[in-house]
Amino acid sequence: MSVAIIDSGGANIGSIVHALRRLGAEPVFTADAARIRLAERVILPGVGAAGAAMEHLRNAGLQDCIRQLQQPVLGVCLGMQLMFEQSEEDDTDCLGIIPGTIRKLQASEGVRVPHMGWNTTETVTDDPLLNDLPQQPWFYFVHSYVAPVGAATLATCRHSESFAAMVRSGNFRGVQFHPERSSKVGARLLENFLSCN
Amino acid sequence: MKPPGSQTASTNLARRIIPCLDVRDGQVVKGVQFRNHRVMGDILELALRYSQEGADELVFYDITASPEGRAVDSEWVSRVAAVIDIPFCVAGGIRSVEDARRVLQRGADKISINTPAVQNPPLIDELVTAFGSQCVVVGIDSVLKSGQWVTRQMTGKPEQMQHTGYTTLEWITEVTGRGAGEIVLNCMGSDGTRQGFDLEQLKAARKLCDIPLIASGGAGKVSHFVDVFKRADVDGALAATVFHNRKVPIADLKNTLTESGIGVRP
Repeated sequence: MSVAIIDSGGANIGSIVHALRRLGAEPVFTADAARIRLAERVILPGVGAAGAAMEHLRNAGLQDCIRQLQQPVLGVCLGMQLMFEQSEEDDTDCLGIIPGTIRKLQASEGVRVPHMGWNTTETVTDDPLLNDLPQQPWFYFVHSYVAPVGAATLATCRHSESFAAMVRSGNFRGVQFHPERSSKVGARLLENFLSCN
Repeated sequence: MKPPGSQTASTNLARRIIPCLDVRDGQVVKGVQFRNHRVMGDILELALRYSQEGADELVFYDITASPEGRAVDSEWVSRVAAVIDIPFCVAGGIRSVEDARRVLQRGADKISINTPAVQNPPLIDELVTAFGSQCVVVGIDSVLKSGQWVTRQMTGKPEQMQHTGYTTLEWITEVTGRGAGEIVLNCMGSDGTRQGFDLEQLKAARKLCDIPLIASGGAGKVSHFVDVFKRADVDGALAATVFHNRKVPIADLKNTLTESGIGVRP
């Protein structure tokens, strides 16, 4: 299956490429709108800061291309956050596919930020993305900003506060954690994404 | 206040168990107090084994990169990243944003800097700006000298090891202020001794450190891990020898930690 991984200027794409290859997909890393439109699946990855990533997408002329995609799209980590309207990180306008603003996660007594490590998610709305996952799956998170819980939320996670761990709006899905580094459970989720409609 | 080491109601975040591959000349080695290294096994075999046995993260540390004035071997980074499905942190001679980018593109999830951070502290800020805090780990090699913990550099080759001019606690404050996302504190006095983690030093570091703190050096048996989570409230514990030689099987370790009320990923 052809999978386009959108070049959003972040460096950390090696691990998602390896994970997709282990599932038999053929990922290409690209900023070319035509190739992105033709791919059967599209992944919007991201490690780095929201401002730099959005600037990169704007400069590559990809904002509208992404918004208009019809095939299943998966945003990972920052890639999921970019699907929202704005981010407090660098005060950035994002893609506006899902309503809401990305905010900084607040530390509290014994709860440290960045949220770094394995945590469980709580399903709110069932979705093919969650097929055959455990009741309380463990995923690997690494982030300091969070998406609000709202109508698009499929699952939540709690770290000091509740935030959206998985979201969906039509053909656009997003996960705050890193499925590519979340062991067998993460591989299953990616497989679900490759086979969903 | 919650007892240290227990889960708080407001997060299920698991304490992490982290095997470390110290690599030299394409093989996994391990010394005692950073000297007299012995070959412990094959890189890919060990990486895959840990990924399957329930390790929460893997650290790959090219120990002679800094003393040899080069960056970590990115070919190896790529080969390890291709076979594991857990988070992967890479260390060794990363001294520029470009070095880091190469390693991240090869499949590392985080980079850990040690000697280059001491020699050029603004490197921490540059890496944080380029890749975000969550991507930047600072490793600190610390030893007790005249009643004070001080940091060392170039620790991969005993004959080149040097003082840095920083006390360990000063250096922790400095690197957190520059935006580092995590600290791995290698307590050199206990490294390879299997007598337990340096709880006193880790507790002192914990007080200063509001970002994730990983304990390293001294693990010898399961109870050492229970102690370090309960008493020093660290976020993760890193070890090498006891995992390589299966003296502490990761599944057994996690069972014991769970029974002791310490939240880990099953």
